[in-house]
Amino acid sequence: MTNPTASAVNAGAERIEQAINSAPGKAALMPYVMGGYPDHDTSIAIMQACVESGADVIEFGIPYSDPLADGPLIQAAGTVALQNGATFDSCLEICRTVSARVPVVVMTYANIVQARGAEAFCARLVEAGAAGAIVPDLPPEESGELLEHADAAGLALVPLIAPTTPEERLALVGGRARGFLYTVSTTGVTGERKGAAGYVDVIERARRATSVPVALGFGISSGEQAAAAADAGADGVIVGSRLVRAAGEPDGAAATRAVMEDLARGLDR
Amino acid sequence: MTRSTEAKLPERYGPYGGRYVPETLIPALDELEQAWIEAWGDSAFRAELDQLLADYCGRPTPLYLAQRISEEVGHEVWLKREDLMHTGSHKLNNALGQALLAKRMGKTRMIAETGAGSHGVASATACALFGLQCIVYMGSEDMRRQAPNVERMRMLGTEVRPVEDGTRTLKEAVSAAIRDWVTNVGDTHYILGSAVGPAPYPAIVRDLQRRIGDESRVQILEKAGRLPDRALACIGGGSNAIGMFAGFVDDPQVALVGVEAGGDGIDTPRHGAPLTVGGRPGILHGSLSAIMQDDEGQILEAHSISAGLDYPGTGPEHAWLRDSGRAQYVAVTDEQAVAAFKKVARLEGIVPALETAHAFAYVFDGPKDTSTLDVVCLSGRGDKDLAEVLARD
Ligand SMILES: Cc1ncc(COP(=O)(O)O)c(C=O)c1O
Repeated sequence: MTNPTASAVNAGAERIEQAINSAPGKAALMPYVMGGYPDHDTSIAIMQACVESGADVIEFGIPYSDPLADGPLIQAAGTVALQNGATFDSCLEICRTVSARVPVVVMTYANIVQARGAEAFCARLVEAGAAGAIVPDLPPEESGELLEHADAAGLALVPLIAPTTPEERLALVGGRARGFLYTVSTTGVTGERKGAAGYVDVIERARRATSVPVALGFGISSGEQAAAAADAGADGVIVGSRLVRAAGEPDGAAATRAVMEDLARGLDR
Repeated sequence: MTRSTEAKLPERYGPYGGRYVPETLIPALDELEQAWIEAWGDSAFRAELDQLLADYCGRPTPLYLAQRISEEVGHEVWLKREDLMHTGSHKLNNALGQALLAKRMGKTRMIAETGAGSHGVASATACALFGLQCIVYMGSEDMRRQAPNVERMRMLGTEVRPVEDGTRTLKEAVSAAIRDWVTNVGDTHYILGSAVGPAPYPAIVRDLQRRIGDESRVQILEKAGRLPDRALACIGGGSNAIGMFAGFVDDPQVALVGVEAGGDGIDTPRHGAPLTVGGRPGILHGSLSAIMQDDEGQILEAHSISAGLDYPGTGPEHAWLRDSGRAQYVAVTDEQAVAAFKKVARLEGIVPALETAHAFAYVFDGPKDTSTLDVVCLSGRGDKDLAEVLARD
């Protein structure tokens, strides 16, 4: 496989790669936080909790009404956030509270980008201190314009690789990876799952596709699974639904800390 | 962009269309596109589909001169009788073709979304015929207002899965079906019911629905000896309309008119008329098109009395036909549609679907001096809507 990004191509990408590569323990810990869930202030407290619990990179969701890559839990959290008044701007305020300390990668959907235009979208994220962006419904064929603006703005656009991605697409997907390659552990939407079946295969394929760090996500919800992901060769472990469930508990920040501790233990940190 | 250089279906209509879906689905869309190109080019596949459409479905459907409607509006109005096809709507043209394709692709599990239930019934029917498993996602509000179709689907052996998200209507049903497909893409084909979604769906649905327009063109030339001044159809996602328009799009003298759901009125937020209202294009369910959204980029909920038109998006080819000036899009309100529903019943002895009633409402209430001969797509029959309409009296 060719090595399309021998060194990080932009400032955001460099920051993310460094954070992943210098993470303590077996792998980088990359929690997902739904912006504005359950409400604005709690969401800020949850971001702090993630930083204090040792998050290496934070994946930060800007809620969208019709999130096709998300399962019921994250979908419902996004709906609650929107009902409680979350907007693009209010979410970026939340992002700004931690983005100087930990690289934040904003995850949202294509229409949120489309509504502002790729250039303005990137500019706003950079202003809020974000290091990267993930747009799961913008496959490589549709993300050309955004990638151009993201690179110019110093924002890492992180693509996703799926278990269904065929051999002949590996270079296309992997070659566009900035910061890390988001490796989807299973054919499906986000959501907590049991077991760690198939991790080795998907990570091995992701590794062949790219030279940037490989982070595994979708379905990882326990320290044990995080350990399995690291043992299977993941440079980073992304945990979404389990943490969003914690965020919705009566003391969301405390519940987030507890889950983060379990994950950190699994990663020997 | 970097996809294989094999034969391709249209992916963009002007700026519209595309494939805005998770990476997990991209290989399945590639596979579907190749399978469709091969099947559509295979005379055995075409012959099998033609025969089923003739012997099982009753095609070609008649083109009927509606005398009393014509008297009422002062010019000839011809009806393309998709209501007379098996299952009672145009939806079977598409569902049967896709199910036949899926069988050929070796897929065993079919999923579909439905609003009015017409596409759900059509999918359930095709799957019963081919012995395929079928699961239909339907918003629970639509299950309430289209109860007879829920019973029909169940009778045909289909599992109807209620969707409780959002306003529990068509948009959420499509989202639920796409999420199922992302999860079960290996053995599952998604029988998408309208000319929406990621490429190649809008092209496949158009290929399968264009019989409506192709037959209409031949029939009107035969019966009236001329082309119509206008071809009209209602627009939910736009499949019966794109099928009708396909027959006449190369005849510049034929005006193409799509009638959307005006709901409470397009000056209120409660409608389903993204093409008529216009505004910034957006991405919904895998393609860039005319959609209803707020300034933030969040999708708005549509509203229509008709479950099949109660959708904030529309097919990408329609957005392009509008921008390029080839087709015109208008909206009529719930109230106008209900009045037209009753009027068609009493004038012609035909109870049209509430969806179709929108097209009739425009024929009755719209400008009458622009046409001397209309062809209207009578997309489906209205038995499913009787309870809903009677409840408003
Ligand atoms: C009878 C009938 N006509 C029209 C429609 C609208 O769909 P489309 O715009 O795809 O034709 C529906 C949808 O359910 C329908 O049932």
